[in-house]
Amino acid sequence: MKAVTTMKSKTSARPKSRFWHIFAQQKYLYLMSLPFVLWVFVFSYLPLWGWMMAFQKFKPAKSFLHQDWVGMKYFKELFHDDQFFQALRNTLAMSVMGLIAGFVIPIVFAVLLNEVRLGLLKRFVQTISYLPHFVSWVVAAGIVTKMLSTDNGAVNELLVGLHLIDAPIQFAGKGNLFWGIVTASDVWKETGWNTIIYLAAIAGIGPELYEAARVDGASRLQQVWNITLPGIRSTIIILVIISIGHLISIGFEKQFLLGNNLVRDYSQTLDLYALNYGLGMGRYSFGTAINIFNSVVSVILLFTANGIFKKITKESII
Amino acid sequence: MKAGLIAKGTPWSDRAFDIVVYVVITIATIVTLYPFLNVLAISLNDSTDSVRGGITIFPRQFTLKNYETIFAFSGLITGLKISILRTITGTILGLISASMLAFTLSRVDFQGRKFVSTFLALTMYVSGGLIPSYILIKDLHMMGTFAVYVLPGLVSAFNVFVIRSFIDGIPYALQESAKLDGANDFTIYWRVILPLTKPALATIALFLAVGQWNSWFDTYLYNGSQDHLTTLQYELMKVIQSTTTNADNFRGRNMVQVMASISPESVKMAITIIVTVPILVVYPFLQRYFVKGMTLGAVKS
Repeated sequence: MKAVTTMKSKTSARPKSRFWHIFAQQKYLYLMSLPFVLWVFVFSYLPLWGWMMAFQKFKPAKSFLHQDWVGMKYFKELFHDDQFFQALRNTLAMSVMGLIAGFVIPIVFAVLLNEVRLGLLKRFVQTISYLPHFVSWVVAAGIVTKMLSTDNGAVNELLVGLHLIDAPIQFAGKGNLFWGIVTASDVWKETGWNTIIYLAAIAGIGPELYEAARVDGASRLQQVWNITLPGIRSTIIILVIISIGHLISIGFEKQFLLGNNLVRDYSQTLDLYALNYGLGMGRYSFGTAINIFNSVVSVILLFTANGIFKKITKESII
Repeated sequence: MKAGLIAKGTPWSDRAFDIVVYVVITIATIVTLYPFLNVLAISLNDSTDSVRGGITIFPRQFTLKNYETIFAFSGLITGLKISILRTITGTILGLISASMLAFTLSRVDFQGRKFVSTFLALTMYVSGGLIPSYILIKDLHMMGTFAVYVLPGLVSAFNVFVIRSFIDGIPYALQESAKLDGANDFTIYWRVILPLTKPALATIALFLAVGQWNSWFDTYLYNGSQDHLTTLQYELMKVIQSTTTNADNFRGRNMVQVMASISPESVKMAITIIVTVPILVVYPFLQRYFVKGMTLGAVKS
């Protein structure tokens, strides 16, 4: 009786010491995690502090606290810049094209691959299909440029050989083709990789469903339509929501590597714009304003997509 | 299941379906593989002969001269060294950080668990952006150093969560019995968890190594003017950019100019092959691991 009361008073009166008591017991767990938490703080959270720059007339020589505040000046500048809207248009165009192609094609590919009944062939095709995912965009851009080149590029040779065109097309210099080239390169590079998740989801569908369908006389196409696709529906929706969240932050790597001065009006994305007009010209505050706009729109898109899908399909990630 | 390419005795619609499947799969395989074989063939072909065109997947005049040419440049050897070095250090440090964090997060009794977990997860959705990160690196005096390749990206939340979901599948009883034998938490991590986590670690090692090997932008941003610190990908990037149609006025230096003035095509393709080969060698062996890892990560997150 006495022991119980003392224990009770100990825990309720001194919760702090209890924390430190467990802390001491778990010192190795803390030792293994806190250094990295500190690391994450420095490299992932400290840059957020730099967002203040967008509201200051930033001079690199001084610290953040000693800068002159200018309010929304740089955002106003941004919204009065034609190049900004061009970059926004390019970003949205390429991300929407990428989103559609990046979903439809891997799903179709996964469904078709799943219908290959020779295990060895299936594995071979899969292994080949991952390959481009593992090469860098530098290599991929080099290969794409080579394939599309006017002198002896495979695509031009094929098109001329099939008499679809009379003379080679200069793909790299045509702005109106740039969005398509980026999307196609992305499809070439990532389709195999994106297929993994869908194949896994398909593998999770019970075989008895297919058995039953077969007994009912459903054709293979009908089985795909009525069993396979509905079976991976929730996987697709979750991936779509995540992708919509990243819709505007498509980066600049492909555009940087595949683009050139001739197609600049179509290749400049928001991130590339921040790189060229922010960092390249030393206009840190202006560039940061672009970064912030990017992040804010991403978050809004993520929540909107999530909300819409929650209403329609009862699936969500948040 | 019926083996055979196309099952016999099936209705015409199913046969047509099969034909569509195999045609599409074949085209997809060719489209994926052909560019690589073409690049390989050109890199192994005499450079003046390559200009005539018409090389598909076999070299017409076989030679190793293109490879000899590029290895004669000191810039390439330095790039190779730096790339290998950053791949090794980056992979090892990344594995240590990810596995340690994953282990602590898998321990339900760990009282800092929720905080660390949320702290990490947030980084997957929020980031400061290009310019604030650049200024941070500058303020930390990490520009022009090798450390900039390894330290900023040391911890990756995604990798931590993939390994954690793998550890979650290991019975906790194993840890408890180790504890009874007098092992402390670090010993448990080192002697019990790590050996059992090998498949997940292999997956993450592949991701980390490929990421390190393939990155070029950090070199461009922070070390572009440091000749002794440039990576292979960066050198390749310069070579490719220098000869594309009307590329931007690049801050090209010696190597690029020399490279561009000799034979662009074949040499370019040879560098491309050198940059690609290490990955070609590694990934098929780790395939079954990363397929599992990807699936796990997708289901849990």
